[in-house]
Amino acid sequence: MKTLLFERNPARFAASRVVSAFGSGRGAGIGPLRLVEGQAPALPAPGWQHVDPILSGICGSDLATLDARSSRYFEDLVSFPFVPGHEVVGTVATPARAADGTDLPPGSRVVVEPVLGCRARGLDPVCDECAQGRTGSCRMVAFGHLRPGLQTGFCADTGGGWSTAGLVAHESQLHAVPPGLDDRDAVTVEPVACAVHAVMSAALRGGETVVVVGAGTLGLASVAALSHLARAGHVAEPTDVLVGARYPHQRTWAAELGATDVLAPEHVSRAVRRRTRSMAVGAPSGGGQRLTGGADVVLDCVGTAASIGQALDLVRPRGRVVLVGMAGRVHLDLASLWHREVTLVGAYAYGTELSRRTAAPISTFSLAFDVVAATGTGRLVTATYPLERFEEAVAHAGSAGRRGAVKIAFDLKQPPHKAPPPASAPRKEGPK
Amino acid sequence: MSPRPGFVLEVDGSTPPTLFWNGERFCQEKLPEGSRVVYAPEPLEPLVDPVAAVRHALTHPLGDSAPLPALLHAGMRLTVCFDDVSLPLPPMQAPDVRQLVIEQVLDMAAEAGVDDVVLVAALALHRRMTEAELRHALGDRIYEAFAPHGLLTQHDAEDPENLIHLGTTEMGEDVELNKRAATGDLLVYVNINLVAMDGGHKSVATGLASYRSLRHHHNPSTMRHSRSFMDAPSAELHSSNWRMGRLIAENGVKVFQIETTLNGDTFPAQFGFLQKREWEWSLRDRATYAATSTALDRTPSRVARQIFHSIRSPHAMTSVQAGEVEAVHAVTTSKVWEQQGVEVQGQTDIVTMGLPYICPYNVNSIMNPVLVACLGLGYFFNLYRGRPVVREGGVLILRHPTPWEFHPGHHPSYIDFFEQVLSQTTDPEVMSKVYEEPFATDPWYIHLYRTGHAYHGVHPFYMWYWCAHALEHLGKVVVVGGDPRAVRRMGFAPASTLNDALEIASDVVGRSPSLTHLHTPPLLMADVR
Repeated sequence: MKTLLFERNPARFAASRVVSAFGSGRGAGIGPLRLVEGQAPALPAPGWQHVDPILSGICGSDLATLDARSSRYFEDLVSFPFVPGHEVVGTVATPARAADGTDLPPGSRVVVEPVLGCRARGLDPVCDECAQGRTGSCRMVAFGHLRPGLQTGFCADTGGGWSTAGLVAHESQLHAVPPGLDDRDAVTVEPVACAVHAVMSAALRGGETVVVVGAGTLGLASVAALSHLARAGHVAEPTDVLVGARYPHQRTWAAELGATDVLAPEHVSRAVRRRTRSMAVGAPSGGGQRLTGGADVVLDCVGTAASIGQALDLVRPRGRVVLVGMAGRVHLDLASLWHREVTLVGAYAYGTELSRRTAAPISTFSLAFDVVAATGTGRLVTATYPLERFEEAVAHAGSAGRRGAVKIAFDLKQPPHKAPPPASAPRKEGPK
Repeated sequence: MSPRPGFVLEVDGSTPPTLFWNGERFCQEKLPEGSRVVYAPEPLEPLVDPVAAVRHALTHPLGDSAPLPALLHAGMRLTVCFDDVSLPLPPMQAPDVRQLVIEQVLDMAAEAGVDDVVLVAALALHRRMTEAELRHALGDRIYEAFAPHGLLTQHDAEDPENLIHLGTTEMGEDVELNKRAATGDLLVYVNINLVAMDGGHKSVATGLASYRSLRHHHNPSTMRHSRSFMDAPSAELHSSNWRMGRLIAENGVKVFQIETTLNGDTFPAQFGFLQKREWEWSLRDRATYAATSTALDRTPSRVARQIFHSIRSPHAMTSVQAGEVEAVHAVTTSKVWEQQGVEVQGQTDIVTMGLPYICPYNVNSIMNPVLVACLGLGYFFNLYRGRPVVREGGVLILRHPTPWEFHPGHHPSYIDFFEQVLSQTTDPEVMSKVYEEPFATDPWYIHLYRTGHAYHGVHPFYMWYWCAHALEHLGKVVVVGGDPRAVRRMGFAPASTLNDALEIASDVVGRSPSLTHLHTPPLLMADVR
């Protein structure tokens, strides 16, 4: 059984950081990630199950970790060595029970909700956040019978999706995959859940203009979540959803998933000005104009200094900026945030959401399954690789936009004897 | 020797390459044998004493108008309106016709004791003129006498305090005009009639109107039913303006119309080869062409643009007439045709044209892609009477660099139109229904129009509507030498050479098409039989 193991190795960590400066994902081969023979972790306690991954995605936070770009904030919230991979669809090997209490016969397909909250950690009573269903905000992610790890895929005791040996998951983390969803759809449930939580965190008021900055997996998932959740009445319907997308395939999919306007990033500001009938100040030439109004809500699905800065430029006074992409240490001019009294909101992971339609708490993953089924986000899985070709896979994920891709995933069921496509032409599929 | 009329050359083996304008550059193309090249008539003889001619026109009006001095009296409110920077093209050498005419009008007003005089630049939805442009058009003497006192104004189509709604025509068209011009005792309008569609009732009904009024004729339907704009009886644009003009008259607005025509002497002596037929080029012409062309090819576009926009045309006045609007315009139109008309026998499969660096809406500015389309499909395509030079379903081949470049101060809404509208649709009807109103009422565009030097937010739509007739008529549009991305954005086909363009055109018109090249500017109008 093969496993990709991420070890604490400062020398390899430094090497990866240097190489990744030339392009995200390029340092996978010399970084702390190694392909090893491995076995599934032991079950930590009753209520835990073995899960055999089918597909496991490569997320932006995985890339940041492999590139050694992630914030040192997380150092004490992970435990080494760990097997990455928190976007997982797999099967349970033995009879199990899902988070919603339904029985899962052996071989049932499940999606893993990777947050390791109090219940997974065997803590009783659970913390206030977990008690209210906000497991993403669990206060005990470094405690309990597991070693630290804010999610499966960052914890030494649980394993992760990047392994043919499998991982272990608590029954509170398991969600049955409906028969209508194929594996590619299912592996996008986790990132879509992040997008759902971000959209729910935006506190939409109806008739508003929303801008999505970035059109990678999170950006496109956010567009899908916005359009479906509004259509289903879970959130108030925005008037416009403008998306800044750099690459043609991103533009196509953003439009298909429900964006009202899809623009090159450099044109978003002008479009927001026009849509919101804002004024602008500054010289018209030289790109020095700034909006005096702007969008009601901006979802930053990138998380860099540039994207956060752009979000602050695009939002109206007293508007909301939601940080969806994983941010780290950034250098920012916050004058406009201060002057315009902008609300900056973080949106991490998931838990439960308060639906506008039902006024009752709903599991974020439940909403995410609906979004995936309604919008077909499985089309975003553009290429899959076997573990043996992890360097190519990570490099592909790091340059997904340029290479016409969105989501890259490991195919854990692909027999090694089946010849994979050549390295120069990874398997690509268009939208379904 | 009297000037020679226009001429249609049939290209044969001995015909030298034909000059094509190419933005701020030129080139020569070897056209296929059998092609036709349409040349403008040579410049008509100018008036010997233009000032005397102006005074004569003002005192011997046409139609049922009294002479201007008889219309002037102490205590009256006189408003003198004049065409803006979009005319003539290129801007003419000083003194400008407007200066010559308005000086005489003001002298007569002074002699009559009129002391309430306001000058109004009839901008419609065009950008405001700069001080330098106003000084050039009116001369320093007039500028200094009026501007410091706030008596030299520019029509503001977005100033509700200074607009008046006169009513609606029998077709339901709103007529909303500049209040000072419409409520004074006499409105004197000074025209430069560069082409046949300039002047007439369009001067006041368009030049001094608001968006509320203009939208009734600046729309895809009117433009598609104007065949062509230059041929008044066949132009719905003309009919709409005439209905409005008559309503204006019925409302008691007294208009004293002054129209002037210019000869075809378009470029100064150093660019003399541009006005000659290639086989008549002298050794000096050939040397000048070679030197100029080579130098321009090595000159950055920005610098070349500055060079060309500094050109002052030696245009000279060939006629001036004044009095009642329709009587004046009938004479003016015949004078324009006398200078520009060329008889062309039959239509052609392909029409080619080289587009110059300037159109009415980029004086001292950048010819952005929307204006390229407007000049080619809106203006030059419509330089006809009877039938278009190119047959229905034929191909138009333009030559222009078509840079993806905009003047952010002059054309702010063009940038958004190009990015946000043309990226979605090139159909004038669709954009009119879906996008026009938000652009027309956008407060930022309105602010820039009123306080800066920006064209109105709706203006790029009008430029595209000008193309509506051509878009409907043509089977394909090919742009040679343009930025492929910009060309494709407009729904046209890019080609790197004329031969490539002809190859592309063959999909539509076959392998042995007939071809006609319009050798303009100098301006010409094809009378297609």
